[in-house]
Amino acid sequence: MQAIDIKLLRDFQRLWLQGLAIAMVLACGVAILLTAFGMHTALEDTRDAYYERNRFAEVFVDTRRAPDRLLPEIREIEGVVAAEARVQGIAMLDLPGQTDLAMGQMLSWPEGGEPLLNVPILRTGLPPEQPGEVMVTTAFAEANGFDIGDQFHANINGQRRQLTISGTARSPEFIYTIGPGALMPDNAGFGIIWMTEAEMQAAYDMAGAFNHVALRLMPGAVEEDVIDRLDTLLDPYGGLGAYGRDGQISDSFVATEIDQLRGMATVVPPIFFAISAFLVGMVMSRIVALDRAEIGLLKALGYFDLEISLHYLLLAALIAVIGVAIGWGGGTLLARGMARQYAEFFDFPYLIFRVPAWIYAMSGLAALLTTMIGALRAALMAARLAPAVAMQPPTPPVFRKTILDRGMAVLRLKQTTIMVLRSLIRWPVRSALTMLGLGAATSAVIASGFMFGALERIIDLAFNQSYRQDAVILFAEERPVSALADVMALPGVMQVEPQQFHAAILRNGPREKRVSIEARPAGAELSRVIGADGTAIDPPPGGILLSDRLAEQLEIGVGDMLEVEFRTGRRETHEMVVSGLVEQYFGLGAYVEIGALDAMFRRGPQMSVANVLVDEAELPALHAALQDTPMLAGLIEMNENRQSFQDTISENVTVVNTVYAAIAILITVGVAYNGARIQLSERARELASLRILGFTRAEVSGVLVGETMLLAVLAQPLGWVMGAWIAQALSNSFTSDLYAIPLVLAPANFAWASLVVLAASLASVLIVRRRIDRMDLVAVMKTRE
Amino acid sequence: MTGPAQRVFRTEGLTKVYDTGEVQVHALAGVDLELYTGELSVLLGASGSGKSTLLNILGGLDHATDGRVWFRELELTDLPDRALTRYRRDHVGFVFQFYNLVPSLSARENVQLVTDVAPDPMDAAEALEMVGLSHRIDHFPAELSGGEQQRVAIARAIAKRPEVLLCDEPTGALDSKTGVAVLEVLKQINDEFGTTTVVITHNAGIRAMAHRVIRFADGKIAGVEVNETRLAPHDISW
Repeated sequence: MQAIDIKLLRDFQRLWLQGLAIAMVLACGVAILLTAFGMHTALEDTRDAYYERNRFAEVFVDTRRAPDRLLPEIREIEGVVAAEARVQGIAMLDLPGQTDLAMGQMLSWPEGGEPLLNVPILRTGLPPEQPGEVMVTTAFAEANGFDIGDQFHANINGQRRQLTISGTARSPEFIYTIGPGALMPDNAGFGIIWMTEAEMQAAYDMAGAFNHVALRLMPGAVEEDVIDRLDTLLDPYGGLGAYGRDGQISDSFVATEIDQLRGMATVVPPIFFAISAFLVGMVMSRIVALDRAEIGLLKALGYFDLEISLHYLLLAALIAVIGVAIGWGGGTLLARGMARQYAEFFDFPYLIFRVPAWIYAMSGLAALLTTMIGALRAALMAARLAPAVAMQPPTPPVFRKTILDRGMAVLRLKQTTIMVLRSLIRWPVRSALTMLGLGAATSAVIASGFMFGALERIIDLAFNQSYRQDAVILFAEERPVSALADVMALPGVMQVEPQQFHAAILRNGPREKRVSIEARPAGAELSRVIGADGTAIDPPPGGILLSDRLAEQLEIGVGDMLEVEFRTGRRETHEMVVSGLVEQYFGLGAYVEIGALDAMFRRGPQMSVANVLVDEAELPALHAALQDTPMLAGLIEMNENRQSFQDTISENVTVVNTVYAAIAILITVGVAYNGARIQLSERARELASLRILGFTRAEVSGVLVGETMLLAVLAQPLGWVMGAWIAQALSNSFTSDLYAIPLVLAPANFAWASLVVLAASLASVLIVRRRIDRMDLVAVMKTRE
Repeated sequence: MTGPAQRVFRTEGLTKVYDTGEVQVHALAGVDLELYTGELSVLLGASGSGKSTLLNILGGLDHATDGRVWFRELELTDLPDRALTRYRRDHVGFVFQFYNLVPSLSARENVQLVTDVAPDPMDAAEALEMVGLSHRIDHFPAELSGGEQQRVAIARAIAKRPEVLLCDEPTGALDSKTGVAVLEVLKQINDEFGTTTVVITHNAGIRAMAHRVIRFADGKIAGVEVNETRLAPHDISW
C-alpha cells in the first residue's frame, strides 16, 4: 500500500466519529431510497404481472338487474375485448365459534370453467360445483382457521344457508380487501365468497340476469367512451355508473400505495443526500484548511494536483462507502419490515419482496456521487493551494469593524461574547449553512409530529364528532322508515336513526365524479356532518354539502349549481345548489337531507341503513337476533372499526415518529458535532491562550458552546417554517380520493421539535467541550498552527 | 568547481514581489546567482532578507515576478504547474525548519511518501539507515525527538537520490547538539553523493562548513565568500 493511502486510512481513523455522523445521515437516504424504490418497483411489477396473467378487468359496472341478452351488445362496444357478467351480493355470515357477525361479498362462479376475467388463483381444493359449496379467499380462510370441508352459515338475501368450503383462492380484484363501511382490512370479519352461478341466481332472484359486469379493453381503446356506451346500455336496467380501475377499491389502494412509495423515493432521499453533501463539504473544507502544511509538503515532494485532489475525494468516498454499507443493511431490514406489513394488508400471490440488485447499485452510486459533489470544492481547494503558500501558516482571518460592533460596544458585551458574534459575522455563509442544517433537523421533527395531531383530529372528527353510532345495520334493499320500529325492538338497541346511500355522478361542466351521496335527517345525532367550525351542520332542502376535496376536484364553490345524476333511488338527474363545504378525511363525501331527498324523489320516507346505539351487554343477543332477521345485508360495528383503526395508526405513528426523531437527532449531531469540532480545531490556539490568560474552563468552553447554541437557537424559526412547509407537502402528497391527512400543527409540535434539536445540539457540543477540558495547553501553543 | 558544465542553478535578475493589497513587499530585488554541482552553499541573512523566497523559486514551489531561473538546461521561469511538479518529483529534495512530517505516518511511511512516486528511489529503510535511524523506523513523529524528526525529513529528502537538496533552516528548531548531528548528516550526503546542497540559515556559525557562503540583505545578494578551509559540523561554534 502506498504511503499516501496509509495516510488516508489513518486520517479517517482520526475522523471516524465525524465521518460516522455523516455516514449515518447518508445511510438514511440510501435506506429510504432502497426501501421506497425497491418496494415501489416490486409492488408495481408484481401488480402489473398479476393483472396481466389473471386478466384483471379495466372497466366495471354494477347494475340492479340486467338481462343476460344484453351481454352480446356490451361485447360489441367498440374497444371491448372481453366482457363478463356475474351475480353478486352482500351476505351476513355466522362463523362457528364466533359471536360477532362477519360479512361476505358473494360472487357467482361461472358454470363449467373458470371466469374469463379477474381469474382467481386456486390455492387449495376446488372451485364450487355442488349446491352449498363455496370457494373463499385465502386470507379469510386463514384468518378464521378454515380448512377444506369446514362449514359456516350465511344469511344470503334473507335466507339462512349452510355453506361448505370447497376451495380457497386469491383474486386480482381483491388484493386489498375492505368490507363495506370499514376503515381497515379485517380478514376475519370480511371475506370474498364464490358460489355456483345457478345458486347465486336463485338466491338473489337473478335467473337469466346479472348485476355486475367487468370489461377488458383493447390497447388504445378510449375508456371514457366505453364507459359512456356502457352507461347508456345499462341505464334502463339500473346501472349504477361504470368506472375504471381508478374507482375499483382494491386497485385504488394498491395504486395509492405505489404512488406514495414513488413520492417517498423521489422526495425524501435527495434531502438526506443534500444534507450529507453539505456536511461532507463542511468537514472536508476544514480538513483541507487544517492540512495546508501537509498538502504543501506533498506538493513539494512532487505529488500532482490531481493525486492530491483524489486523496481528499477518497477520504470522502470512505465516508460514503460506510454510509452506503449501513444504508444497505438498514434498507434491507426496513424493506423486510415493509414487506411484512404489505403481506398483512395486500394479498398478492407471489409478491417478490426482493430489492433488485440494480437498485442497490443505483442507491450506492447516488450516495457516492453526492458525497463526491460535497467534497469537490474542498478537493479543488487542495489542488489550488500554491505549494509555497501551503508551507507557511495561514494569515489570521481579516476581521473588520461592522455596524454591529457599535451595537456590541453599547451593550458592553464580554470579550468572549464578542468573539462568538464576530466569528458568526466573519463567516456568514458557514453560519447560514449550519443554521440551515440545524433548521432541517427541526423541520424533520415537525414534519413527523404533525401526523400525530392529524390522526388525532381524524379520529376525533370521524368517531367522536361524525360517526357516533355503535353499529350500522345494512338492509338488502331500501326499506320504509316505518321499519325503524322493528329495529328499535331488537335486543340492546337504545337509539336508531335512518340513513340512505345513493350512488351518483356529480357534474360541473366537464368535471364529473362518481360518489356515494349520504342522506340523513336534519338534527341527526348518531351520524352527523361537521362543518369547518366544528359544529354539526345540516344540508338545507334542495342543497348539497360537499367535502372540500370533492369540491376542489369539481372546481365548484358554495352557491354554485351542481348537476346530480342519481344512479339509485329514482335514478333522476337534479340540479342542486352547493350549500356548504365540509372538511373531511375519508372518501369524497356528499350530503343531503333525507326528507328533502324523498320529497324530490316523490316517495315516502325510506332508508338503506339504520344507525343504532347498542347496549354493549346485549351485543351477543343482538347478533343472534340479526342472524334470523330477513332483509338484512350486514352489520358494521363501529367500535371494532375504531379500535382496529386506532391500533394500526398508533402503531405506525409511533414507528414513524421514532424514526423521524432519530433522523433529526442524527442530522443535528452531524451538523452540531462537526461544526463544533471544526471550530475547536480552528480555535484551539485561541482558546488555549484564553486559558493561559486565566479564563476558566467554563468561560472558554462558553465560546465554543455559545457559538453552536446561538446558531441552533437562531435556526429554530427557520426550522419551523421549513417544517410547516414539509408537513404541508407531506399532507398534500398523502391526499388521495380515499383519504386525506389534514395539516395540524400546534405550538406543542414546534416546541417539541426545537427541544429535541436544541438538546441534541447541546449534547454534541458538550462532547466536543470535553476536548477543551482535556486540552494540553503547552502542546497546543507549541504547534505551528 | 567552476565552469558552465557543472552549473546546476542560474538566475538572472530574479525578482519577487508580494502584493498584499495594501503594501508591496520586494522579497527578491534582482538576484543573479549561480550554484554548482556538488557544492554545499549556505545562504545567510536576517529573516525577511529573501533567502527563503529564493529557495522556494529554485525548488519550483513558487514563480518569480520577474527575471529568469534555470535548473541545468531547463528554464523554470515560466514552467506550468504540472511540469514544475514533475521537476520537484524527479530532481529536488526538501528539508524544512519544522520537519513537516505527516503525523499520521511512521518514519518509514513518511519516507515512502517519496519513494512511492520518485523514478529511481532507494529503499526507505536504507535512507533511514543513512541518517542513523534504523532503530526508530516504525515510530511515529510524535514519538521522535526534534533531531530525529529532522533526520527522518532528511532521509525523506535523499531517498529519491535528488540532484539538489534544499534545506530551509534545517537546524532552526533544534538545540546545538542535535543541530550538529543534523548538519553531520547533510555534510555526509554532500560528501558521499555529491548532491548539490543549499542550506538557508541565520546562524552565522554554520557558514564555516560551506564551500561558499552567500549573504543576503533586503532581497539582494550582499556578498559571496568562498571558504578555503571548511570546518566539520562538530567543530562549529554554535
